[in-house]
Amino acid sequence: MSLHLSSDLAVWVAAALTLCIFSFLYKDNPFYRFAEHLFVGVSAGYYIVLNFWTVLVANLWDPLVAAFDGRQGSPFAVHLGDYRALLLLPALLGLLLFSRFLPRYAWVARWSLAVIIGVYAGLKTTGFAQSDFVAQVHGSIQPFWTGHWGSSVNAWIFTLGLVTSLLFFYFSREHKGVLGSASRVGVTFLMVSFGAGYGYTVMSRISLLIGRFQFLLFDWLGLR
Amino acid sequence: MKPAAAFARLDRRWIYLVTGLLVLLPLLWPLNLPLRPSPPVQAYHDAIAALPPGSTVLVSCDFDPASRPELEPMTRTTLRQLFRQHCKVVVVVLFQGGARFADGIVQDVARQNHQVDGVDYVDLGYKAGDEAVMVLMGQSIPSTFPRDHNGRDVRDLPIMRGVRNYSSFALLVSISAGYPGTKEYVQQVQGRFHIPIVAGVVAVGAPTLYPYLQTGQLRGLLGGMAGAAEYEDLRYERGMASRGMDAQSLAHVFIALCIVLGNLAQWERKRKEPS
Repeated sequence: MSLHLSSDLAVWVAAALTLCIFSFLYKDNPFYRFAEHLFVGVSAGYYIVLNFWTVLVANLWDPLVAAFDGRQGSPFAVHLGDYRALLLLPALLGLLLFSRFLPRYAWVARWSLAVIIGVYAGLKTTGFAQSDFVAQVHGSIQPFWTGHWGSSVNAWIFTLGLVTSLLFFYFSREHKGVLGSASRVGVTFLMVSFGAGYGYTVMSRISLLIGRFQFLLFDWLGLR
Repeated sequence: MKPAAAFARLDRRWIYLVTGLLVLLPLLWPLNLPLRPSPPVQAYHDAIAALPPGSTVLVSCDFDPASRPELEPMTRTTLRQLFRQHCKVVVVVLFQGGARFADGIVQDVARQNHQVDGVDYVDLGYKAGDEAVMVLMGQSIPSTFPRDHNGRDVRDLPIMRGVRNYSSFALLVSISAGYPGTKEYVQQVQGRFHIPIVAGVVAVGAPTLYPYLQTGQLRGLLGGMAGAAEYEDLRYERGMASRGMDAQSLAHVFIALCIVLGNLAQWERKRKEPS
């Protein structure tokens, strides 16, 4: 195994900042705080610039310029496809959001918020109803005998877990007797689910550590 | 002193150190622990393998550099499989910080596989709007993405001649790090437009998607680095994910051991406490 140090200044900066962040594992220190503050500041600046170019310019300014430059006829012309001059309306609604800085006119921002909430509530409700409610209820209805022992036992366990987990969230009666036993079985299934979630979370976090180590070993130190 | 009691008094930095070494050493000296592809990963692979040559596939790369270790390997392997099957690939990005990062991956894999930009593949870039963009693409993709990542008019690109909306695609591949991502594609696109979807996601998001797999709303699923490594194994590749799996496995065993010892220490402490 041989060392081939990177000659890229950006790689060296990234490696140094990675080590600064790792130093927190020993204890809080000025190097860690420097890297943390730098990250927060750079992220904020980066996303402001990104929002300007990928949202405001791309979705509002450029289409409006194209609509009003006079080369394509009326700014509402059908051949413009998406009636670009109508983008003035969402632009106005966006500006109204800033009325919150003026306490006397802050109520005007509610018009914009009403549109945002209305659109997303509409999209979410229909999407959720189709995919998370109807489709999931449909998928939960399984035959107890599928012709194979393995899948049949799987269906029984699934049904037991589904019913007992639902009973755990039934609060109109005290969890005693049969209901108490069933809800305890439901808790066991829920715990298995939380355990799986925890395992996957650990995998995600370890993956990030592996990614950083791969960067330090192979991109920075160039170990081969 | 009993081991459990000693563990309760252990400085947590020793745990960090051992975890670090268990991750570092297998990266330097691989153990090549065996991998066995799981059914969701096999289904992901088979869904792509079943596509006829010439099919057009929509790949939504909804991630940023923070998810690189988990999602870059599976994105690369997916693109390689699609290109080798002579599929046309249309890439979109709904994650704001990910457009340039995703474009770098797409261009790199395309160059290695001798694909022509605008003919065999195109990166339409980022569009703000989350679920609204997903629904808009169901009406018209050229209207939703009038220009590609490089600023070209998409109507001038040969690959986009037959592309109108979701009905133009044989498959949607969602590689996602969170919101907006696979869950939103299932909710907004699969239910409305009935396009088959396969997904590759960060491990922390995988458990919430298993119900969609069970109902067939997702045809296949890659969960985190393990899913990516199993997929590489199915493709006879040894990429970034496979190289990281030894470290992943050892770290998991150690964390499981820590959980057992931690519970024993807690049980011991409770047992000694006066009732």
